[in-house]
Amino acid sequence: MSAHTHDHEHHAAHEPGFVRKYIFSTDHKWIGIQYGVTSLVFLFFGFCLVMLMRWQLAYPGVAFPIGFINQWLGEARMPGGVMAPEFYNQLGAMHGTIMVFLGVVPLAVGAFGNYLVPLQVGAQDMAFPKLNMSSYWVYFIGGVIMVLSFFVPGGAAQSGWTSYSPLANVTVTGGTELISRLLTGQSMWLLGMVFLITSSLLGSVNIIVTIVQLRAPGLTWMRLPFLVWAQLVTSFLLLLAFPPLEAAGIMQLCDRVLGSSFFLPSGLVVSGKELAVSGGGSALLWQHLFWFLAHPEVYVLILPALGIVGEVIANNTRKPLWGYKSLVYATIFLGFMSFVVWAHHMFLTGMGTTINAFFQTTTMIISVPSIVILSALILSLWGGSIRFTVPMLFALAFLPMFGIGGLTGLPLGLATADIHLHDTYYVIGHFHYVVAPGSLFALFAGIYFWFPKVTGRKLNETLGRVHFWVSLIAINGVFMPMFIQGMAGVSRRLYDGGLVYLHAQDVLVLNKVMSHSAWLLGAAQLVFVINFFWTIWAGKKAENDNPWDATTLEWATPTPPPHGNFIEIPTVYRGPYEYSVPGAKRDFTPQHVAKEA
Amino acid sequence: MSAEIVIPYNDTDRPDTGLYNAKLGVWLFLASEVMLFGALFSTYILLRVGADKWEHGAEILNVPLATLNTMVLIASSVTMVLSWAALKAKNFPRYRLCMGLTFLAGIGFLIIKSLEYKAKFDHGLSPATSTFMAIYFMMTGLHALHVIGGMIVNGYLLGPGAKMWHTEPRRFTNRIEVAGLYWHFVDLVWIFLFPTLYLLPGKGM
Amino acid sequence: MSADHHPEAIKKQVGLYWKIFWALTVGTVLTVAVSFFHHWGVYVAVIVALIIAVAKGTLVAGYFMHLFHEVKWIHGTLLLTGFFFVVLMALVLWTTSDQAGRQTGVFDVPQRHVEPHKTEAH
Repeated sequence: MSAHTHDHEHHAAHEPGFVRKYIFSTDHKWIGIQYGVTSLVFLFFGFCLVMLMRWQLAYPGVAFPIGFINQWLGEARMPGGVMAPEFYNQLGAMHGTIMVFLGVVPLAVGAFGNYLVPLQVGAQDMAFPKLNMSSYWVYFIGGVIMVLSFFVPGGAAQSGWTSYSPLANVTVTGGTELISRLLTGQSMWLLGMVFLITSSLLGSVNIIVTIVQLRAPGLTWMRLPFLVWAQLVTSFLLLLAFPPLEAAGIMQLCDRVLGSSFFLPSGLVVSGKELAVSGGGSALLWQHLFWFLAHPEVYVLILPALGIVGEVIANNTRKPLWGYKSLVYATIFLGFMSFVVWAHHMFLTGMGTTINAFFQTTTMIISVPSIVILSALILSLWGGSIRFTVPMLFALAFLPMFGIGGLTGLPLGLATADIHLHDTYYVIGHFHYVVAPGSLFALFAGIYFWFPKVTGRKLNETLGRVHFWVSLIAINGVFMPMFIQGMAGVSRRLYDGGLVYLHAQDVLVLNKVMSHSAWLLGAAQLVFVINFFWTIWAGKKAENDNPWDATTLEWATPTPPPHGNFIEIPTVYRGPYEYSVPGAKRDFTPQHVAKEA
Repeated sequence: MSAEIVIPYNDTDRPDTGLYNAKLGVWLFLASEVMLFGALFSTYILLRVGADKWEHGAEILNVPLATLNTMVLIASSVTMVLSWAALKAKNFPRYRLCMGLTFLAGIGFLIIKSLEYKAKFDHGLSPATSTFMAIYFMMTGLHALHVIGGMIVNGYLLGPGAKMWHTEPRRFTNRIEVAGLYWHFVDLVWIFLFPTLYLLPGKGM
Repeated sequence: MSADHHPEAIKKQVGLYWKIFWALTVGTVLTVAVSFFHHWGVYVAVIVALIIAVAKGTLVAGYFMHLFHEVKWIHGTLLLTGFFFVVLMALVLWTTSDQAGRQTGVFDVPQRHVEPHKTEAH
């Protein structure tokens, strides 16, 4: 096999120092933890931004009641304690950006992907450990740039997470000096995105090569855990869809800093004056390049979550997943289709009826594999011996929540219905259902499920149930009313939540319902945070290396898995979900256990 | 606890895929680069089709210099693949020569490119001048950054990285192949960039 | 491709690489020469330029990058990428012609004509 001709013999007795072991580690498990902790912090930060926004939406024009926060934010952002509109826009744009690019994707792919993929394929580490380490630090730098953007003159980016031109081009451009144009919120957003995209690209290469090349002997494609398939397709999406946004980001940066007109049409008038640029650009071009990524991006947000739900369901029903092959093929088809639906975000940009019909058709087609996957997961419950553990509660709740999210996407994908619903709160309700009680619940399921493998301790059950039930109720309180507001015609990104609009008057009260639910949701997360830290320090130790009696390879290691994961590389003899096999001694048979004679 | 991890298939091929890790890795990376430059070519097409007037590249840009640069890059591709062939023939000094020539060709490309850029700036042409100039600077600029990236890798493999030839020759040869794939790709992009920007006729002028 | 080759086989490869070099040189000269032809329209010019560039690119990719001898995984990845590359270019281009109420550009689509709205300057 591979040659042992490296000169590492005399290093064998060397323990790596603190920096090598904990800061610049090349061990995929530690990198996964770095991604996990960092992304959870960003998720919390992004949530705080919206909890602040929700005050303005529920009580527009009323001073924020927490004095020291008003003081800390300052008069420019909160004049007299009342949120300035520009600050509201900054919070909105950065909430979206942080949750998607600094929160969910790094957690789903960087944390879960990095930690679990090498273990589940029976490898000692990722294919390129040093590249993995770089991916994390590039992500970290991108995150720092994003957060720092709040503190430059003019504040953070304020043109939505979608950064549409020409608004994003002309907002807070800075002065005549090049550096002053670079140190503006939107320009730093673009720079930060370049770092985040680079990190994702390097990470996706690593994951794909690891899955293709480092599978243990006997681990054939159809014996892979569904989570690994999900991560594989996700990585292809990241690999091929991100670069156009990177190109677009550099071009918008060029527009802002060097005065080009990639996205600025001729004759644009801003604040009463015609812009002194060459013109000839296309604002629609930005939208195409942005959405070419951002649509596959939403599948990046959901696929790892579906993978996690699959693992948790199989384990807690004590039976194999229903329709493994259909899950795999549906996932591959979904990934492929995700590249040809993007302009359903652009139905109202003046595209002709033929193009609209094309994208509408592909969008309807892509709902089919989603339904196949959801159905297979639901059918997997039938006849199962269900254990209502905390991870299972989150995984079970995921199913109807993702169902609501998915179904509410259908009228948006139909061009005619979208005329009424586009850019309303209906859209916000739809995508939050898929990402918040959808993806995020699945990610919580994953955290509760794999916590004992990572730390050797199980998170407290009681606190976990409180976290689950309060979150479930509160999260529906936040997002269900959005459909009602959206159908009434309330637009998104309104500073006052629709206060001045006649058509919004009947549904304004829902703003208060949503805000109070959001604050309750925030409080429920504190239960999780307390559980998290308390368990690490003083939690009950897990009874053994495989406390959930699971079948996949990550449970076949010591706890926590050592550097190199497996004492010896396992051989795989069976599929990933051999639960309740007739005639077996126990109700689960791990993958690496040879067939009984 | 601190036993060194051995990642398999760094120097030999995995039997069922027929690949070593870095080769798959670099091709995946190149696939993403195809999408990156693809977005820029898309931009060129969209901006050009939507414009009433579009400059004739040959009238503004320096075609002779760019043609020379094309030849420089093609030559460097040859020397790059020859450096890999030299290692396969276990001829380390010839590897050094060919890789060195590749590096020099890279420098040549960048010098010629900076002469081009300087001439533009001296004539007051910049990305702000028109969308044609903007896409010209963007595409050639990003390409030049990729050339610099490739040269950093090649320089490392010529210098400190070459030590691996004495300890893990097969893995080192694979590294040269992988670096070569990247370098050829950079040449490939230029093969399409050059006629698109410099040679296509204008519009409405 | 990482199996060891005989010295003769490598020498043959080297000979082939030099032949490709000359072919690429001819291709480059041809591209520039052909660009002086002003008599054909943009479409023909683009097609001719594309043909020559694709020919040169195929030589670089096929021989220098060993693509002609590569394995399924690589071909598959590149085919997928190529498909999405075409999708990105073609669909974006399509939007330049298929617009609500107007038609300009490469593909003509029968549509009911609507006067472009002109807003009065206030």
